[in-house]
Parts: sequence; structure tokens; C-alpha cells
Amino acid sequence: MKRRIVQYISALLTNANLNGFIQGRIYQGVSKHVCVPGLNCYSCPAAIGACPLGALQTILASSRYTFSYYVTGTLLLFGVFMGRYVCGWLCPFGLIQELLYKLPSPTWTIPRWAGYIKYAILIVFVLFLPMFLVNNLGMGDPSFCKYICPAGTLEGGIPLLVSHPDLRDAAGTLFLFKLLLLILMIILSIISFRPFCKIICPLGAIYGLFNPISIYRYRVDSEKCIECGKCAQNCKMGVAMYKESNSPECIRCGECRSGCPAEAITTTFKTGNDSIKSTI
Amino acid sequence: MNKKHLRIILLTMGVVLLILGVIRDEAVSVYTKAVKICLECIGIG
Repeated sequence: MKRRIVQYISALLTNANLNGFIQGRIYQGVSKHVCVPGLNCYSCPAAIGACPLGALQTILASSRYTFSYYVTGTLLLFGVFMGRYVCGWLCPFGLIQELLYKLPSPTWTIPRWAGYIKYAILIVFVLFLPMFLVNNLGMGDPSFCKYICPAGTLEGGIPLLVSHPDLRDAAGTLFLFKLLLLILMIILSIISFRPFCKIICPLGAIYGLFNPISIYRYRVDSEKCIECGKCAQNCKMGVAMYKESNSPECIRCGECRSGCPAEAITTTFKTGNDSIKSTI
Repeated sequence: MNKKHLRIILLTMGVVLLILGVIRDEAVSVYTKAVKICLECIGIG
């Protein structure tokens, strides 16, 4: 419950310009210089910050830069401090998927191998294509946003097409394709927990790499753990906490901790080694 | 190298890269993109 409240607050803070939906105008305040931690389309009329993935592709696709110090630095800081805590607690698109999963329906378990797809998407669509698939002026496209991102379609595309009749004429096959992807993602979110985060999200792929070293992380006390597997049963991300306490797939939702009969799972919030524990 | 040192190195790198990015106007490029309707992002461009 506490996590849900934080998720709502984070989604609201990230999209504080609610008036933008009514006006159909994009927020232009200075905060748009700054990347928010989670996936949140900056073309959403309510967004008051920049999407880190969109920002990264923008810099890589521009003719002026070949590497983004700014976004890389931002991702390093978020990643080292929190790892995928961002996904579990702060990402608005993660919240949307979780709310959809609450709808009663049959369930489908996403196979574990599908989790590797997001790394390929990160390399190809976020890094490679924006850098190397360029026009005569040396400018590329933000390929992940353009061809895949369902958050952009939901948060930016649909509200803007509703409020801008002139844009509707320009929406063609590509928009239809992205709309179908969004519908597919919505259906998958109803029957499976966070399919976008598990299979597609390049931002989750980046933050997941920081999970083992992030300042906020999980720790399993091997002396207390009875290896009953309850944590693995409770984990909707498919992580067996007693085997891999800082798996790249763990979004720090805390379901494993609350279900552990031995209270063996704790969190640390220290820059030092794992010997000092807290029970946040 | 233990994890503590790795964290300190990465945090320092993060701060340095962020400052370098601001110095070479990357934040302005991000802002310029983020305050206009990104047609590519919504599947039109």
C-alpha cells in the first residue's frame, strides 16, 4: 500500500501540468531541461520533465553530438543510488501496467528468456539506430520512441491527437502500428505482470545492471534464510531472491520481504559493503 | 576493486559527466526537444 501511494505521488509529480491535457499544449518550463527517473514521454501534455530515454536518443541522433555526457551522467546517478527501485516505485508507466494487472483475467507467465529482449532493444533501437542510421545532415531518429514506445503513444500521441485535429490527418500507418503495439501491451498487462518492464523497457535494462551495486539494495541473510522458496512464489517479476538477491529483474517492490517467514530479506541503504543493514 | 569503491567511482563519473553535458549545452538540446511536440515520439514523424 505504501508503495502504491509513492507510485501515485511520483506519477503526479512527473505529470504535474494536468492543465496541459485541457489546453493540448506541452509544458515549456525550465524543468524540462531535467530528466525524470522513470519512463515518461516528454510529449505528454502533463509532463514537466524530460524522458531519459527520449533525451538520450535525441542527443545521439543529433548531428552535433556523438555521445551524451548529460544523460549518461543522469542515468549513472539514478542507477547507482536506486537501481530498479525506480521501476518499482517511481515509474508512471510501471504504475499503469500494475493497475491493468488488477483487472480480473486469466494469467500468463512470461518466459524468463524473454527478459533478454530488452537488452537487444536497448542496443539496437536506443543506441545503434539513432547514432548510425542518419540522413544527409547527419541526423538520426529516436528509433525506440518512433517505432516501439507504447508510453509515447498513450501519454503523448493519443492526448495530442484528441486536442489537435490537424495532427489527425498526419497520423498514418506508423501511428496505427504503434497503436496496435499499445493495445497489445495493454492486453498483455492485464494477463501478465508488467510485460513492458520485463520484455521491452530499455530503461529497466539499464537500471537493472546497477542492481548489484546500487546504494539502495536487498540483502538476504543466509543464516536466517531457510530456502523455503516463498520469496520466489511471491515475486511477480520471477526472481528467486534467496538465489539472487540483486537480480537485474528485481524492481524492489518488496513483495518478497513481506512474505518471508524467516524475515531474512532486508534492505541496505549504505555506500559501504553489505555488512551494515537497515530495515527500511 | 570492491563494491564500495565501484560505487564511489561511478557516482563521481555521474556527477562529472552531468556537469560536462551541461557545459556543452546538452541540457539545452534536451529542453529544445522536450518543449515541442515530438512527432516521432507519437508515431507521426
